[in-house]
Amino acid sequence: MSVIAAPSQTDSTVEPPAATAKKHRRPGRWVVLAVLLALLLLVVAPMLVIMVNAFKTPSDYASNGPLALPESISFQGIIDFWNRIDFSRKLLNSLVTSLSVAVLGVLLSVLNAYALGIGRVRGRIWFLVFFLVANLLPQEVLVYPLYYISKELHLYDSPISVIIIFTVIQSAFGTYLLTSVYEEFPRELLDAAEVDGAGRWRTLWRVVVPVSRPTLAVLFTFFFIWTWNEFFLPLIFLVSNENQTVPVALGVLQGDRLMDATATSASALVGILPALLFFLIFQRTLTRGITAGAIK
Amino acid sequence: MSVRKGGRNSGYGLYLIPGVLASLAVIVVPLVMTVGVSFTKWNGVGDPKWIGFDNYTRLFHDDLFWASFGHILLLIVAMAVIPTFVGLVLAAVLFDYVAKVLGDRWAKLFRSAYYLPQVLPVAVTGIIWVWILHPSFGALNQILDTVGLGSLSRDWLGDPKYALFSVMGVMIWFQFGYPIVMFMSGLQRVDPELYEAADLDGAGWWQRFRHITVKMIRPELYVVLVTTTIAALKIFGQVFVLTGGGPSNATIVPSYFAYKNFFEKAQVGYGSAISTVLTVMIIVLAIIFLRLQNRSRV
Repeated sequence: MSVIAAPSQTDSTVEPPAATAKKHRRPGRWVVLAVLLALLLLVVAPMLVIMVNAFKTPSDYASNGPLALPESISFQGIIDFWNRIDFSRKLLNSLVTSLSVAVLGVLLSVLNAYALGIGRVRGRIWFLVFFLVANLLPQEVLVYPLYYISKELHLYDSPISVIIIFTVIQSAFGTYLLTSVYEEFPRELLDAAEVDGAGRWRTLWRVVVPVSRPTLAVLFTFFFIWTWNEFFLPLIFLVSNENQTVPVALGVLQGDRLMDATATSASALVGILPALLFFLIFQRTLTRGITAGAIK
Repeated sequence: MSVRKGGRNSGYGLYLIPGVLASLAVIVVPLVMTVGVSFTKWNGVGDPKWIGFDNYTRLFHDDLFWASFGHILLLIVAMAVIPTFVGLVLAAVLFDYVAKVLGDRWAKLFRSAYYLPQVLPVAVTGIIWVWILHPSFGALNQILDTVGLGSLSRDWLGDPKYALFSVMGVMIWFQFGYPIVMFMSGLQRVDPELYEAADLDGAGWWQRFRHITVKMIRPELYVVLVTTTIAALKIFGQVFVLTGGGPSNATIVPSYFAYKNFFEKAQVGYGSAISTVLTVMIIVLAIIFLRLQNRSRV
């Protein structure tokens, strides 16, 4: 992509921001806003419904239906559900897996992208094609051999297998994305590091990583959330109760006869909350933008 | 100070070693194994029996296989085409209209809210929507009843006529925040003066959208289109939790079809053939995208 130089001759004639804003004050403004708000409501409505019902007692639900506010706030459904599936344990499993994958995945992506984007090693196009394809492969085409191999290595039903697999899968995406960012890494900075006598290793950690930190933060966030939400491989690899992650635990519970509407809401709520929490924490990194590492 | 031999790009190859080794173990070897097994009859234990292309000819005559790929086409519309288009317009509106008129904060707030479904675990999405779409006690039918549209209520996920469309609706809801985040971060690259210059030239919103916005975020546009289309081809979790491929296979997709053969029917050879075909399709699609992307860069 090309960086477009701002036409500097317009500087003197640019209107002050207030005047520019005024131009937009048309009736259309309210239509736009109304559409945006309606969409917003559509997006959050399902979550609101869950929240309303998670705090109801089954009898309250039975008599007032899903849309009424709870008669009184009851935590019983949530507590029962939490204890029934030992939710603390699932949370810990998910946290360990996602955190490990996010850290290792970013690390692996950085190493790959350093060689491909900045180092431009020979055959880089083919490596890039490989990482793109690897990222695109359906997990179904890998799952049976991985299942078979992990059984042979006694890593089946162990978080380690899932961590290794997802680190590689996520870093395929990370490599692909980060390489395109590093391709436009300012050469001046690399040259300056070279003049200062920094080797490749030092340049990577002292120059490249700090400068691209916003992009790495976004990658970390994506890796964490994606891994947290992964379902297919954990469903197959983490079969025993004590190893299950949150999504697997919730997914296999579905259709359980013991799950009435309030228990279902409670389970959805405890599934949402951690995701929501991470989202709020990570929100700041998301705002910095995925290509922020490409310095203008 | 170390003395560097060779050209300016030597010595970087070392950094690829961990990535290459890990990829070999987790991706290349299993991929080759699956392709190999697809030419055999195997139930997962004992020795696979070589049967040549039998699995593929069987696939070719399997209606369920064709149905699963037909469903995928509709899911590409729901997961890639609609979210990309909607996301592009919304990102532009948020960046260049809401941020200016109401302030940056509001633009960010909207963006975050739209992105919310993406951070929910698939299983939770499933729990929520299965319940909302439930025919007797689901919230959607109750709302329809309340506003006097009771005749529209359906067994959204349980009726083969509507199940796939319901899944599509859920997928649009799930997906469209992702393009918004990607596009808006791409828009941060755009020099505001470019917009102001366009303003001065009397360009309307649509013109600016087409000539500046879309052009500037073309890299993101490709990334989003590639990733969402592939995500649609690979969809598994949502179908697993929403419908389990049913009712009567109305929502079966290739990955679920393969999963069933691997782990429920122990037809590993056949499952491998399905996965291999899916993989080839995805790679072909990726090559097409990559070509387009490279051409637009020149």
